[in-house]
Amino acid sequence: MEFLRDTWILFLRLVRATMRMPVFIILSIAQPILWVAMFGALFRSVVQIPGFGATSYVQFLAPGVAIMTALFGAAHSGMGMLVDIERGVLDRLLATPAARGSIIAARLLNSGVQVFIQAGLIVGVAMLLGAKAQGGVGGILLVMLAASLLGAAVAAFSNAVALLARRQETVIAVMNFVILPATFTSSMLMSANLMPAWVQRAANVNPVNWAIVAARDGFEGTAPHELATRLALLAAFALVCGLFATGSFGRYRRAM
Amino acid sequence: MTSVDSVAPSAKEIPRASDALAIEARDLAKTYSGGVEALRGVSFSVRAGEVFGLLGPNGAGKSTAVKILTTLSEPTGGSASVFGFDVVRDAREVRRRIGCVAQASGVDFAATGRENLELQGRLFRIPAQELKRRVDELLELFALADAAHRPSRTYSGGMKRRLDVAMGLVHRPEVLFLDEPTTGLDPESRAVLWREVRRLASGGLTLLLTTHYLEEADQLADRLAIVDQGRIVAEGTPDGLKSKLAGDRISLQLVESAKSAEARQLLGGLPGVTGVLADAGRAERVYAHVIDGPRELPTVLGALERAGIAVAGVALTRPSLDDVYLNATGHAYQES
Repeated sequence: MEFLRDTWILFLRLVRATMRMPVFIILSIAQPILWVAMFGALFRSVVQIPGFGATSYVQFLAPGVAIMTALFGAAHSGMGMLVDIERGVLDRLLATPAARGSIIAARLLNSGVQVFIQAGLIVGVAMLLGAKAQGGVGGILLVMLAASLLGAAVAAFSNAVALLARRQETVIAVMNFVILPATFTSSMLMSANLMPAWVQRAANVNPVNWAIVAARDGFEGTAPHELATRLALLAAFALVCGLFATGSFGRYRRAM
Repeated sequence: MTSVDSVAPSAKEIPRASDALAIEARDLAKTYSGGVEALRGVSFSVRAGEVFGLLGPNGAGKSTAVKILTTLSEPTGGSASVFGFDVVRDAREVRRRIGCVAQASGVDFAATGRENLELQGRLFRIPAQELKRRVDELLELFALADAAHRPSRTYSGGMKRRLDVAMGLVHRPEVLFLDEPTTGLDPESRAVLWREVRRLASGGLTLLLTTHYLEEADQLADRLAIVDQGRIVAEGTPDGLKSKLAGDRISLQLVESAKSAEARQLLGGLPGVTGVLADAGRAERVYAHVIDGPRELPTVLGALERAGIAVAGVALTRPSLDDVYLNATGHAYQES
């Protein structure tokens, strides 16, 4: 209970800080919309490749861009942690009776909620551009949920790196090193049917791909059992990342 | 003042603040993974209601000691307790009882002064009604009421520091740790903070403050420990430490540092001189402790002149913490 309460208190602090950055909010809304429009236009003819398996690229793209936004947005979560470390805010929080895990959980919740809203906007824009939510409102919510779970996991990982490295350059380098390979070993932009075999194998163990396939199944209203399994896997992955980040406080404490 | 030999209370028992040891450090050691030894066995105790100063130059290990006592860092040797609670095993109990004002601030710039205070209060589980009153009271007390609704990034250095101290006090801690509270402050803000520290101390709060300003330790601390290279080299009240060095100090600046040893030998042989020191870092500086400065000064200078040791500068001073530090460490204090 105390953990949830502390998480909520610390989450509200992050939300308040976000609300005071109008430029950040505007760009966070504009960026995914631009991505859908741009990628949609650029890759429109890809669906004509034999074996792609989809008829409309926007239809195919929308869940993928929702997950891409989660991945890229949440990757920066650790930068906020670094600012807290540099300003002494983290030490001040650690010197209170607040549960350690709640300091991490608040950041996961923050990333998860931001991504949830962005994913909803992306799906909305895609539908304006002609995509159809075959899975209905429930399906749209599943896209948003898959994006949040991945966002929380990536945010946790980013925070763990921040606590362990305590350097901006390292956090940026590590996250960049992870993000692009994770993107290109997934069916975010390209149908799994057209991937080389080794990329398919990589995609099978790539949490980013789990999120994309789950979001796409939700949006299309297909494969409910596999969808549930993938969401459970994502939730477990987010939990493991969260525990890893919380465990990093021990290392931080020894290094202080 | 409480008695010196009061016994530390057993854990899990909340002691009354007036008859207990507030802080006890036993052989605290901290070696970082890179091999840097920040603390090499530091022991001291702070009685409840006392203002205790850790004085030393930058890098002496003061902040490391504070980080261990406030549960932010783990010692690699020794142990420490706050009101009987071990800082490693009972970290949570310790955190409930302490307030921290760290060197690196801790103010969330994106939040207003009021929000910063409220966040602290909530994390310490102060009920909403009471918290509102407490925050108003602190804003008033620290002259921040007019700026309470402004993001703290717009505050001046002095205001940020005051907010910092106020944040450490929201939950009415039993001990307040102040790590270099006046570093980087202008003289006026420093004076305001000193006044505040004295007021808190007179209210019975136990304070541990670190500083690299000799004057600050002298002015504020009831007792102090001088820390140098991870060790405590002297401990006592400011007056007690100074009175151990009876007499005056004659500080000499020689023209040639090569003559340092000769000068020391010569001065050591004079009847009125009780001790001779050279600055370990700058050999041309030689210090002679004498019982009666004005009487011995001509003798000292005459002896040096007869020996052909040229003097570039001379000063006669009453003993200060500077001398205590020099005496304990063998090198002159540098405030930087």
